[in-house]
Parts: sequence; structure tokens; C-alpha cells
Amino acid sequence: MAGGPPSVGRRGAAGAAGAAGGRRSRLGLRIVALAYLAMLLVIPVGLVIWRTFENGVGPVLDALSDPSVVHAFKITGIVALWTVVLNTVFGVGVAILLVRHRFPGRRVLSALIDLPLAVSPVVVGLALILVYGKFAPVGGWLEGQGIQMIYALPGMVLATVFVSLPLVVREVAPVLEEIGIEQEQAAWTLGAGRMQTFRRITLPSIRWALAYGVVLTLARALGEYGAVAVVSGRLVDKTQTVTLIVDERFQNFDQTTAYAASVALAAVAIVILIVINLLRPDERAS
Amino acid sequence: MSIRATNVTKRFGDFTALDDVSVEIPTGSLTALLGPSGGGKSTLLRIIAGLEQPDSGTVEIAGEDFTELPPQRRNVGFVFQHYAVFKHLSVRRNVAFGLEIRKRPKDEVRRRVDELLQLVHLDQFGDRLPSQLSGGQRQRMALARALAVEPKVMLLDEPFGALDAQVRKELRDWLRRLHDEVHVTTVFVTHDQEEAMDVADEIVVINNGVVEQVGPPDELYDRPANDFVMSFLGPVTRLGGKLVRPHDLEVLADPDAGTVPATVVRMVRLGFEVKVDAVVGDQELWVQLTRSEADRLAIAPGSEIHIRAIGAVTPAPTGAG
Repeated sequence: MAGGPPSVGRRGAAGAAGAAGGRRSRLGLRIVALAYLAMLLVIPVGLVIWRTFENGVGPVLDALSDPSVVHAFKITGIVALWTVVLNTVFGVGVAILLVRHRFPGRRVLSALIDLPLAVSPVVVGLALILVYGKFAPVGGWLEGQGIQMIYALPGMVLATVFVSLPLVVREVAPVLEEIGIEQEQAAWTLGAGRMQTFRRITLPSIRWALAYGVVLTLARALGEYGAVAVVSGRLVDKTQTVTLIVDERFQNFDQTTAYAASVALAAVAIVILIVINLLRPDERAS
Repeated sequence: MSIRATNVTKRFGDFTALDDVSVEIPTGSLTALLGPSGGGKSTLLRIIAGLEQPDSGTVEIAGEDFTELPPQRRNVGFVFQHYAVFKHLSVRRNVAFGLEIRKRPKDEVRRRVDELLQLVHLDQFGDRLPSQLSGGQRQRMALARALAVEPKVMLLDEPFGALDAQVRKELRDWLRRLHDEVHVTTVFVTHDQEEAMDVADEIVVINNGVVEQVGPPDELYDRPANDFVMSFLGPVTRLGGKLVRPHDLEVLADPDAGTVPATVVRMVRLGFEVKVDAVVGDQELWVQLTRSEADRLAIAPGSEIHIRAIGAVTPAPTGAG
């Protein structure tokens, strides 16, 4: 192997040059990615936070304790809670249906689940008014039963559930697919009924996917604007959510309140995301 | 408890997995359902367990019609090829699962689980999660879990199929011994004829959705009902258009009554045995010899030998197969 060592030397040199080039291009890529994120996310959010606390914490607390703002947070909370509950039950149910059962129309159902991602929330809102409005057949009938959908909480929940429809299903379904049906079948042969099997075997297996779907739903519900704006009628101190009050105050040059409410809403969402991301790796390690 | 499947048919779309199959498995036996992949044996096992519904036919266990009963109420133990461990539960909780579902008192559950873990040699591993066990250990845990509820019958679907050769052999012996201890009617599915011959009292050969033959291993090996069973249960080669076992061929240096001349093409030494490839006319065949026989005959590639069939020869295939 006379030609061995020199060729190794050459290869080494070429490799070093290649590595340096690779390092340079990686660095370039990183700068581009960071700059992109900065322009898109960090600078705007940072500016909002900075503008919010420009004059100290006092004005922010004052703005947040405005009764209308408190009420808006309450409304957002109620809508988000109901949305999460409905979306959890429905999402898990549909995921099981899609993954564990074969039936005619399964593909259609699967496609319909993703529809809310494609349709603009404003369109969703208008569509709901067409069906559940006072002068529509369904809405009129419900009105007769004493249930007001549009310009009231039920309609807002409905709109928010609609726009967040795929979030739980699309988190849970792949995990169900991955764990397979054998654990469940093993439970059946050991005498566990369908509900027992779900509670003891299926639910623990999908709990992290479900938790993630719930968090995404929650974040979506807290931040929803378009569909809720149409359906709620924006009635101050009645159906006004946090996103709606932010918009209203901003339009009326009450920027302190607008920014304060925005930052508070964003903070809630960020805290929830951090909590779930802290919990997740623990689960994987154990 | 005995198992009886009568006229069971099962189709998946256009594919007929089982075609009018009837099988009877006696109480206390250890039976193998043997056949190539896709032959229907797993489907039959899953129908017995209630995990699949037959299109027609009935399943009886201990003389009782189980056909319409859901798996929860059949009280059969089922072991899956890929273990189907409950990943989020400890080994103890896995084994205790069936007993907890039956709401047995806590101390009884604890006692029974201890017993079973000892039986499957996992007493040291009770508090571990299944992910901390090897494949063989997981499968033993799955067996203990199935045995915990004192099932009427044990059904094992390719139980050793996902394990490496060494562990497979160990578990095979261990299953045999376990069955001799516990005596529960056991049916296992396998596509490995050696495994079936090694472990089972009785073998049911299933192919293309029909039962080809039922019997003890020796009988199937020595008196196969047709060419399929013969070639599936052991090595075969063809002499004068008939299937024979390569170790049932006698090799002579000189012509004798009933011999045919052949030319040696190749020889492979596998430990004490020698595999000789030869041609008779334009037909290839192979013969299995012991090393000393091969030495005595001084066989080498190119040499001429004379071959005839001896011992148990298949009853001439009368149109079967």
C-alpha cells in the first residue's frame, strides 16, 4: 500500500476544506432562519411587550382590571373550556372511528375533518348564521325552545369548535394507528369490556397526543377572531371576547388596554405551551 | 377443554381464508396449527378466540357453542406474536390485568401474580416496565398474563415468531414443560415445521384455507396424506417422478436390484451429514448421507453412483396434491 498515506493526507485536506465549507453554509442557514424568525415573531411580539410596559406595570394592571376587559376574559375562558370539552370527546371518538373501523364514507369523513383548515373562519361564521340565525329554520326552531345560538355563547362555542375541529383528531389518530389494535384485543381476551379497555389501555396510550391536541385546541380557542367576530355580534360586556376587545380598543385609540390584553392573552397561551413541552420529555424518558 | 370448529368459512373480500374447515382438538392436548403464511391458520385461531367472526360454521369449547360469544366472555388465553404487552403498566400490573377486571380481592391477586411470575421465571422483574424486558421475557410475561385468569384454552399466535433462533428454541422447550405442568388445552400457530414437530402432540396442517391432514408428528412425517404435507413437514427430493425423503435413499457404488445410475454434481458437508447433489438422466435430486457412508463410498463430484429408495415411501400419490 505505497500510495496509501499520501492519499489519506489528500483526502484529509479535502475533507477539512469540505467541513469548513459545510460549517460556513450551516452558519449562513442559521442566520437566515434567525433573521426570518426575528422579523416575523420576535421583533413584533417584543415591541408589543415593550409598548405595553412603557409606562410601568401600573397602567397595565389598571387596564386589565377594567370591568369590560375582565368580562371579555371570562367569556373567552367559557368559550375555550366548552370548546376543549367538546373537541376532546368528539376528537377521540372520531379518531377511534377513523382508525379502528372500516365503513362506507370513511374517506369522506376524514376529508371533512380537515375542511375547517381550508375554509376561512369568517365564512364559517356566516355559514353558521345561515343555519342557526333567528330567521333560519334550525335557528328559529331552537329560538322557540328558548335557545339563542347566534349573538350568544352557544353560537360562539359552535364556531370555535368548528375551526378547531381537526386539532384533536389529527393528533390522536396517528398514535392510535401506531399502537395498533393488539393491546386492545389482548385486553378483550382477558375479559375487559369496550369501556374498560378504553379507560385502562387505549386512553393511557394516547394521553400525550390527546394532551397536545387539547393544548392546540385551547390555544386556537383563546386566539380565535374571525368566526367568533361574525357569530358573536361583538356585544360589549355580553359576547365580547378578549380578541374582540383588543380590536375594539385598538380602533378607538385605547392602545394601553389593547396591548395589555394582547400580552395577557399571549402569556396564557405561551405558559400552556411551555407546560406541555416540559411534561412531554419526562414521559418519554420513563 | 376440547375445542371443536365445524364447517368454518371466512372470507376477507375476494380472499377465502378458511374454506369449510372442521377441526377437533382434544382436552389437555398441545396442538400445532401448521402451514405456510396466509394459509388461514391464524384466522382459525382468532375465530376460536372470538377476535374474528366466521362467515359460517360454529365454534364449540367444552361442548358449548361459543360462535356468538364476544371474546370477553370466552375465557380463552391469547398470546400474540408481537406480545401485545400493556406498555404503560408494570410487569405485575400486566399479569394482574385479567384478575383486576374480575375484581378479585387484592391479596388473592398478589398471591396469584407472585405464583405466575415464578412459573415464568420473572419473579425478579415484577416492578419493571415491559420496555425493560427482552423479547423472550416479554413473551413469557404475556403467557403469565393469559394464564392468570385460568383460561379454558390457551391460544398462541406464532408465539416465538418474533424471537431470535436461540431464544426461540429455549422458549419452545419451556412451553413444552409448562404444558406438562399446567395441562391446559393449548393450540399454537406456527409456520415452522421443526417447531411444530418438536413441541406438539398433534399437528393440524392447514394450507390454502383447508385442513390437509391431522395427526401426531411421526404419523405426518412418515405417512403424509399428500405431496404438500410431505414436502412441508420435511426435506424431499424427487426420484423417478415420486417424492422421497433424501435420507430414505440408498446409495451404492455398483448397480443392484431397483437402482438407477446417477452422477454426483456437488457435495456439501454439514457437520456429520453430507448433502449430495446428483443427476439421474436430466433430473436433479439430492441425497442425505452420513459422513462415514460418504467416505466409504468415496464419492466425489463427477463419480457415478447408484440410487434406490428404501424404508417408508409415500403411498403413491393417487391423484392427490
